[in-house]
Amino acid sequence: MKDLAPMSTSDRHGTRLDPWFDSYAARAHRMRASEIRALFAVASRPEVVSLAGGMPYIGGLPLEELSEMSRRLILEQGEVALQYGGGQGDEGLREQITEVMSLEGIAAHPDDVVVTTGSQQALDLVSTIFLDPGDVVVAEAPSYVGALGVFRAHEADVVHTPMDADGLIPEALDKTLGELAAAGRRVKFLYTVPNFHNPGGVTLSAERRPQVVEICERHRVLILEDNPYGLLGFDREPMPALRSLSENGVIYLGSFSKTFAPGYRVGWAVAPHAVREKLVLASEAAILSPSNASQLAIRAYLQHFDWQGQIKKFQVQYRERRDAMITSLEEHLPEASWNVPDGGFYVWVKLPEGLNAKTMLPRAVTARVAYVSGTAFYADGQGSDHMRLSFCYPTPERIREGVRRLASVVDAEMETVRIFGTSGGDDGDSVDFPSPDLA
Amino acid sequence: MQEALKDAGAKVTLHDVDSDLIPAISALGDGVVWPMLHGASGEDGSLQGLLEMLNVPYVGTRAREARVAWVKSVAKAVCAREGVATPDYVTLPQSLFREVGAEQVMDAVVAKLGLPLAIKPARGGSALGVSLVHQRSDLNRALVHCFAYDATALIEKAVTGTEVAVSVLGTGDTARALPPVEISAHGPYDFDARYNPGRVEYFAPARLDDQQTSVVTEAALAVHRELHLRDLSRVDIILDADGVPQVFDINVAPGLTETSLFPQAVVAADLDLSTVYASIVEAAAAR
Repeated sequence: MKDLAPMSTSDRHGTRLDPWFDSYAARAHRMRASEIRALFAVASRPEVVSLAGGMPYIGGLPLEELSEMSRRLILEQGEVALQYGGGQGDEGLREQITEVMSLEGIAAHPDDVVVTTGSQQALDLVSTIFLDPGDVVVAEAPSYVGALGVFRAHEADVVHTPMDADGLIPEALDKTLGELAAAGRRVKFLYTVPNFHNPGGVTLSAERRPQVVEICERHRVLILEDNPYGLLGFDREPMPALRSLSENGVIYLGSFSKTFAPGYRVGWAVAPHAVREKLVLASEAAILSPSNASQLAIRAYLQHFDWQGQIKKFQVQYRERRDAMITSLEEHLPEASWNVPDGGFYVWVKLPEGLNAKTMLPRAVTARVAYVSGTAFYADGQGSDHMRLSFCYPTPERIREGVRRLASVVDAEMETVRIFGTSGGDDGDSVDFPSPDLA
Repeated sequence: MQEALKDAGAKVTLHDVDSDLIPAISALGDGVVWPMLHGASGEDGSLQGLLEMLNVPYVGTRAREARVAWVKSVAKAVCAREGVATPDYVTLPQSLFREVGAEQVMDAVVAKLGLPLAIKPARGGSALGVSLVHQRSDLNRALVHCFAYDATALIEKAVTGTEVAVSVLGTGDTARALPPVEISAHGPYDFDARYNPGRVEYFAPARLDDQQTSVVTEAALAVHRELHLRDLSRVDIILDADGVPQVFDINVAPGLTETSLFPQAVVAADLDLSTVYASIVEAAAAR
């Protein structure tokens, strides 16, 4: 293209369609539209069975009663609900949040709680106050795509540490932290999703919890405990949170997005006192205050609705969907392997040998089924042999149809791979930027 | 496009292609439909066929001709008949690689077309599934990527030169070409380059002399006329090192977003977007 000599007007400049292209910060150049994002635009069409997104089943909520609640909220408390609020969040809600957390063994004071715009904002705030470029965050392998995106935006390096069916492996964590210290790296925190892991589906066992806390204390590494799914277990009581084992070594993140409704965008952080002060300052700098309307709506919901009964209903519904997914996988994809989660939203599927989940995705979308490639959940290019399937949103019938379609996609891809002797994956695949489609 | 048409005083409503489409079209009265859908069904003549069946005036190329333009091998044959050069190519279904043996077929492709090669899904758009292959060893991977989008691959000799997009306005003998827009990409003009501003520099009009401009616009007009394209089209051309315009893509529904090539050409022609779009709609309404 450049070989042909420019003509009479050779010194002209063209347009890049973005007059501010040269003004962006270096980190913005890594924020790019991708083929994967284009595919997800198609995946949201109704004819596609999306096993991709972590959208809760909002249809299971008492919508009529909630609309009445919203009406009364504006009618009776409109002057507060529609006004700015405090940077730390509504005090009444913070008190209720401590009651929610008591179900997982956390004894916190409302002063310890910072309300955020979803726990995604809490991830951003924690990263803002702790991460300098080049710092290390240790995270499970695999790890939540939305957290990886935040850490990357703060120019931190993510080092993965392995899990097994009982979650983080303490010996491996100890080794990872030891090696990083020996290499002179600054590890700022361990990021972990201990319950019904996203995407792994596994839960950190009760025996390992104190071990993980002890290892991090010994290495002087903070724990960032992200727990959106803890109350969504199918067959058992909630596990004690890591925060219940260490008040000073753990920042705990909670959320109403999965147990109630993500549309309100309300989450929270519980942090040691000094950290909490900084979180509030950082949050005020970013958003001034979280939404009062959303906070008061959550307050009213917790006060006037049987929210624990609703969670039990969700547990039953999600268990039915998990069962539909597992039996469909057994029937249609016996050549793959997976875990059977006892809570949460996700099944982590290992593809048959030789397949690449990222390369296969266009074929799946063409066949009207979507999933998230395992590569999204690693910072280092691993994961192409896995895919995350979500069972939270589609009905059991749609889940069965989705898995059936997926099985034909896997068959067709296997044939292509056999013919050409390669899975077609690129070397050094990078994480995709997170989006609501991948929550 | 919607904004520009509203500025021209038109009433514009947007509809998705779903079960609400036919009722919406029935309620249209004396309006005109402008198909904006990219990729299959928007460009392969399906949507146009439906509109013809419903007897609704619409903008753009008719179903039969859209189908011809969409099937690249057929469009290329028409071009060749009219003396318009297109890069050498083969279209091969995945089944052929399976039946005959992939390595032997790939060797034969490289022997015939050489390297580098452009690998594309036979049907598709927006550079999805497209790879540029410089080494024989990269061909396997590129084909796997391509076959994830379509069961048939179009394998084309990658031509180097100046890449221009020529937008054409009008129909038949009264069609006119707008100034070519030059695409100067740092690296391949792939999905990343198309949808992330910065890697591509556009020159509108292109940095061509009068003779070169005339050569590429004549080629685009020939394609537009001979394929019986209607109202508007965009023909993508590489002017190769020998000064030959090689047509490598034909779009019956060119992109019309504010960063697309067609509107850039309209502006380069010193025309007003609203006026141009309104005249396209009027032509459709008068049919």
